Amino acid sequence: MEKLRYALFTGCTAKQSTPEQMMSTLAVADKLGIELVELTEASCCGASHLQDYDEFLSLVLNARNIAYAEKHGLTMVTICNTCQLNTAMTKHKLDNDADLKARVNEKLAEVGLEYKGTSQITHFLYAIIDDFGLDKIKEMVVTPLSQFNIAPFYGCHNIRPSELQNETHKSPESAYRPTSLDDLIIACGGKNVDYEEKNKCCGFHVELQAPKTAAILTGNAIAGAMDADADWMVTPCPLCHLKLDTQTHHASEAIGRDVQLPVLHMQQMVGLALGCTPAELGLKHHVAKVDFV
Amino acid sequence: MEHTITTQKVKFKVFRFNAEEDYLPYYDDYEMEVTSEEVVLDILNRIKWDHDGSFSYRRSCRHGICGACAIKVNGRSTLACKESMNDMVDLFGSELVIEPLSKKRAVKDMIIDKSDFWEKHAAIQPYVVTDVDEAPEMENLVSPHDAEALDEADLCIQCGACHYACPAVEVNDDFFGPAAFAAAYRFEADVRDESETRLMDVNQMGQGVWDCVKCFECREVCPKEIDPIGKITKLHQKLFQEGKAESNVATRHAVGFIHSIAKRGVLDEGGLVLYSEGPAIVKHLPVAFKMFTKGKIPMPWQLPKSDNMDEIKALVKSSTTAKF
Ligand code: SF4
Ligand code: SF4
Ligand code: FES
Repeated sequence: MEKLRYALFTGCTAKQSTPEQMMSTLAVADKLGIELVELTEASCCGASHLQDYDEFLSLVLNARNIAYAEKHGLTMVTICNTCQLNTAMTKHKLDNDADLKARVNEKLAEVGLEYKGTSQITHFLYAIIDDFGLDKIKEMVVTPLSQFNIAPFYGCHNIRPSELQNETHKSPESAYRPTSLDDLIIACGGKNVDYEEKNKCCGFHVELQAPKTAAILTGNAIAGAMDADADWMVTPCPLCHLKLDTQTHHASEAIGRDVQLPVLHMQQMVGLALGCTPAELGLKHHVAKVDFV
Repeated sequence: MEHTITTQKVKFKVFRFNAEEDYLPYYDDYEMEVTSEEVVLDILNRIKWDHDGSFSYRRSCRHGICGACAIKVNGRSTLACKESMNDMVDLFGSELVIEPLSKKRAVKDMIIDKSDFWEKHAAIQPYVVTDVDEAPEMENLVSPHDAEALDEADLCIQCGACHYACPAVEVNDDFFGPAAFAAAYRFEADVRDESETRLMDVNQMGQGVWDCVKCFECREVCPKEIDPIGKITKLHQKLFQEGKAESNVATRHAVGFIHSIAKRGVLDEGGLVLYSEGPAIVKHLPVAFKMFTKGKIPMPWQLPKSDNMDEIKALVKSSTTAKF
């Protein structure tokens, strides 16, 4: 197989509050022989909040990010569900509205850039599954996660809206029966557990303005995984990770029950199965302690 | 192409509850041969007609217009008369759970008390507010261009599928919910409307648009493709465009992004929380301390910055359309 190459859009959290996500992404890419060209020029995607304030500016900034991936002639790979949504949504809007694309390009021209629409945008989870292939992952597993019950937590912005899934991915998954993470858990030798909250919201985006709502949703998600007998949770979204990993105190208070589980990034789970060291995967950076390795 | 009708065996687990007699709900099991021609409502009819005459549900038009027949199949809000059984089996397999839109609001089987939905709908002034000339000389014309601004929000059939799929509604009794916001948008976007208060009502914390968790469930389930979360985003934008967004933690959070991006390209996460919360940031200190000890909060001199900041600064300056 030809070496896979992507333009990596890190987003903001991988450079700050989830350093372990950046470390594990690089470690896993290295193991799989995937080359990542980091888009160091990229700005924040707006995380759905800039979009509430100024949609046009958010389109211009996201188009600029994609334009850099296009310059490399590469598919852009994201490592955050919300970055994935905002970037793919920008692409969708510009590719389907010539007038809007022209207005955005007028702005980009001021800084010598152009959005063409030539680069695809995918999340690292789907790059692993669709481009690299689960079978090959399976063959490469050196430490099967067979003693663990693992609860997949999908996160909203990868699986909804489904039009974007259908448009962006080779084998689009269902918003109601998502399978990618479950399949990946199995490929890593683990046992996937099923629970109602696996494709529900973690509450991250209203943590400041609606803390109670956010805390109940977080609590319900962890409680759902605990009741399904999970040893730990795994998510492709660093924002879900932050909510589930660091807000357990508020979540426990909100739902009147002690909830806590280790919450691994999808990359950390794959890394463990492929034989990366805990240090390479940044496992010491978790608030809910990862004490099984 | 020849049209062939196929059949398959499906197991149904059906929610049963009669508020007048039952203390707790229970489920009845049925197994049926289902044809590829049938919709979910056909199954509800067959349960009533062939198995148990006391089984209760709402339906009227059978054409996806009245909004009465919405229920949940395997947890997914569904308009029973529109949803084909084939699609449901494709999606969930041959064991289906039939439940009302809201189990906690169940009155009898699939019939729920929808009063919370209607109260919230009524609260946003779901009508054009304007001084009506009692003896007009001609019609009040709306141009096709102006009508387009409604963005199909007027197609809502009030089925409640989105409302009872919304996790924010589920955990916050005050939250107006996606259907009410879609309606608020529909009248806000109407060129004839002059309401001074509607936009301010949905601007409130607790009940208003700022408490939507952005999960996209409402967009996913709406049988009329109204995209309520899209309308919520437009209401956010309208508040800023019309200078009506009050300074609160939610609006500062949205605006804070622009400051961070103009300064560093990427976010200064801590700075953003400080800008959004103001002095109330102290309540985050215990969590921040835990994160800090785990290396999850960089020191100011370690904050990342995008390359080519001059481009980002220039674009923020020339492309910003909103004001705060
Ligand atoms: S996107 Fe917002 S309004 Fe829609 S279902 Fe989710 S929380 Fe409710
Ligand atoms: S917005 Fe859609 S799902 Fe919600 S009540 Fe209206 S038609 Fe039903
Ligand atoms: S019966 Fe009227 S919408 Fe289904």
